[in-house]
Amino acid sequence: MINAKLERREPSFYDVSERKGILAWILSTDHKRIGLLYLYSIMSFFIIGAILGLLMKLELLAPGKTIMEAKTYNGVFTLHGIIMIFLIVIPGLPAVFGNFMLPILIGAKDVAFPRLNLLSWYIYIFGAILAVASQFMSGGPPDTGWTFYAPYSFKTTTNMLPAVLGAFVLGFSSILTGLNFIVTIHRMRAPGMTWLKMPLFPWTLYGTAWIQLLATPVIGITLLMTVGERIFNIGFFDPALGGDPILYQHLFWIYSHPAVYVMILPAMGAISEILPTFAQKTIFGYKAIIISTLAIAFVGYFVWGHHMFTSGMSGVALYVFSILTFLVAIPSGVKVFNWISTIYKGSINLKTPFYWAVSFIFVFMIGGLTGLVLGALATDVHVHDTHFVVAHFHFIVFGGVGFAFMGAIHYWFPKMFGRMYEETWANVGWLIFFIGFLTLYLPMFYLGIAGMPRRYFDYLPQFHGGNIISSLGAIVMIMGLVIIITNLVRSAKFGNPVESDNPWNGKTLEWTVESPPSLENFEEIPIIDKGPYDYE
Amino acid sequence: MSNNEDKHHIVPFRTFIIVLAALLTFTFISIAVTNYELGAFTVLAAMLLATAKTILVLVYFMHLKFDVKIFGILITAVLALIGAVIFITLLDYIFR
Amino acid sequence: MTMNNMEEHRDDIGSRFGMWLFIFTELLLFAGLFLVYAVYRFLNRDAFQFAAEELNTFVGALNTVLLLASSATIAMSITALQKNKKVLSLGLLGFTVLVGLVFLVNKYFEWSLKIEHGLFPGSELLLEYGKGEVLFFGLYFFMTGLHALHIIVGLVFILVVFVRIQKGRINSENFVHLENAGLYWHLVDIIWIFLFPLFYLIT
Repeated sequence: MINAKLERREPSFYDVSERKGILAWILSTDHKRIGLLYLYSIMSFFIIGAILGLLMKLELLAPGKTIMEAKTYNGVFTLHGIIMIFLIVIPGLPAVFGNFMLPILIGAKDVAFPRLNLLSWYIYIFGAILAVASQFMSGGPPDTGWTFYAPYSFKTTTNMLPAVLGAFVLGFSSILTGLNFIVTIHRMRAPGMTWLKMPLFPWTLYGTAWIQLLATPVIGITLLMTVGERIFNIGFFDPALGGDPILYQHLFWIYSHPAVYVMILPAMGAISEILPTFAQKTIFGYKAIIISTLAIAFVGYFVWGHHMFTSGMSGVALYVFSILTFLVAIPSGVKVFNWISTIYKGSINLKTPFYWAVSFIFVFMIGGLTGLVLGALATDVHVHDTHFVVAHFHFIVFGGVGFAFMGAIHYWFPKMFGRMYEETWANVGWLIFFIGFLTLYLPMFYLGIAGMPRRYFDYLPQFHGGNIISSLGAIVMIMGLVIIITNLVRSAKFGNPVESDNPWNGKTLEWTVESPPSLENFEEIPIIDKGPYDYE
Repeated sequence: MSNNEDKHHIVPFRTFIIVLAALLTFTFISIAVTNYELGAFTVLAAMLLATAKTILVLVYFMHLKFDVKIFGILITAVLALIGAVIFITLLDYIFR
Repeated sequence: MTMNNMEEHRDDIGSRFGMWLFIFTELLLFAGLFLVYAVYRFLNRDAFQFAAEELNTFVGALNTVLLLASSATIAMSITALQKNKKVLSLGLLGFTVLVGLVFLVNKYFEWSLKIEHGLFPGSELLLEYGKGEVLFFGLYFFMTGLHALHIIVGLVFILVVFVRIQKGRINSENFVHLENAGLYWHLVDIIWIFLFPLFYLIT
């Protein structure tokens, strides 16, 4: 399949299978094949989600009805949210690069439970089908937004049940992946790889896996209760029957806030892998990054209430949640400091993954600092549920996770496919995407402060200018995206075969194995006697 | 890492029977306690007894005492987490 | 199937680790419901105490005794298998399954009695009682229902293990699946240890 210039010692995993054609993929328990299955599924859903996003920006190009009715718009932003959150950014880095790279990075042949791993992909696809099918069944697409807030979520006549059950099923997939990774990291590290010799991407996956494991069941039960409300009219969240809708919000955010850290932690891990390699320098503050990862995972579990500052919580709860939210900023700041110090005085190799990594730091800082505006009680009341919030979380979730994902895929591309992407097009794509991204989301901060609420298909005339700039930015960004994805897909098939197993002079274990790796990754399990980023 | 260094401790039948007897005793105590008017302490008493029973089940039936240490540490952390989440949520309702 | 496991790879601690992690997720699943219970009990103290008197303490206590006993027998069946007493181990497992079934039968009669009396979510009688009672019985049916579902899953798990012991696939050298079935069954027991006082005792 790959006509490599390099002499292979063992056949590539692409060429070894008992089965033919598609069965070699969908029945394989090899972590690398499962990682790629996730990559292809996530990329396909991402294209759908991005198109939905573009449609919304086109609708907002002018006040009033532009291309769709209000009801369609509600359906579109709900599906955009469900797809982007539950199908892409939550599984995103852990399922794709976690599956493909984690065992290699820790010197193992596979994850601890390979069959469970394949099962979680099937569960993911099943959940995805449910969620997407809810759009096309009779009753009309769900229109609650991805948060399914009660009591509207059990009053609306749209197809809530499949959407809610879809999210529930996707949660299972997430839990099983997390469970698998924790056991893998605890039990399968190569001999000599102590906890403090483990690379940072596995460390962030470890933190993430715990959140997946401990937070996802809460949304599971919340969604089950919502199903119960719809079918049996129990009254858990129905004020008419004594229930409290705010309790729904508590339960929902007990999961969905930590879920944000499920998204961002592996992104931070990927950046922590890319920067030392392209600065040819040991990561600055290895232990500080580990501690801050665990601190973010831990404190992040207790800050859910900052989504509910205007819902009517008690004053005490407001203060507690606000203080805890500010605490999360400390470990995040530590990380940014460490990344920048890593680049400082490094021998920088200006390649595409590095561009993605530094632009990640840039957008992550904007997203993080505007997060403080939302974490502070006084300012949050003003910008709550406005476009400011939308801009903030797109900077974190899309700017953070999206940029890190793109960085990671370019970084590991030669390892995963045994071919090199086309460098010039990759850089052009990055530049257009980056410019489009800023043009799309920066005006939304301004619109939000000026008072434009989120989730409306219409707006007042004074917001027209900002929306035009933002919509143009969306078009530019999509153009960049088309270039990037075309380049990646083309290069995976026709790119130049790699000339070395270690094109970036990386020091972590994945660069010691062949490109693409053999079925068992390592001919011999390595024995580790030094830290992961040893550039001395 | 993944060799079978697992050494198995065989727990005698007698231990389980003693633990079962203790569990049943706690159950009957918690039923008996409901006959007395304890006011606010009713809930506390019931929860303390249930916690004691849970610890017995975890330590003996679920072999925490004889298994690798990490499981015991983790379950303690998870239970503490649940407690913290319930506590923080109640901060909203108590002071509302 | 698993080409990547060409040499037999077995890690009993890893296997139990996985089971424990799964138990954590189950605990968090129920924790969500206990949280809802705590909040609504705090908001409707008197109604909850009044409603709890509707439940039959004797049936609840009987079910508690049954589950505790079955937990002890499944723990003992591990000891029996370790000592290579296969028949005793199977007998203890069989007893566990039997007791689990009796628990479900009890639950069935308890539920149908409540439903017969018109105490079920959405019933008109319940609406007359008041909001606290609606929430109490909503939680009662939801939590004990979910618990019963776990009992059923646990029973299936134990039956699979039962058959595999019979076939000798699980034996005194390799019994981690029996241990995992036991862990799951004890989890179900722990949940009930809390459900029992919260619904039947605090009146």
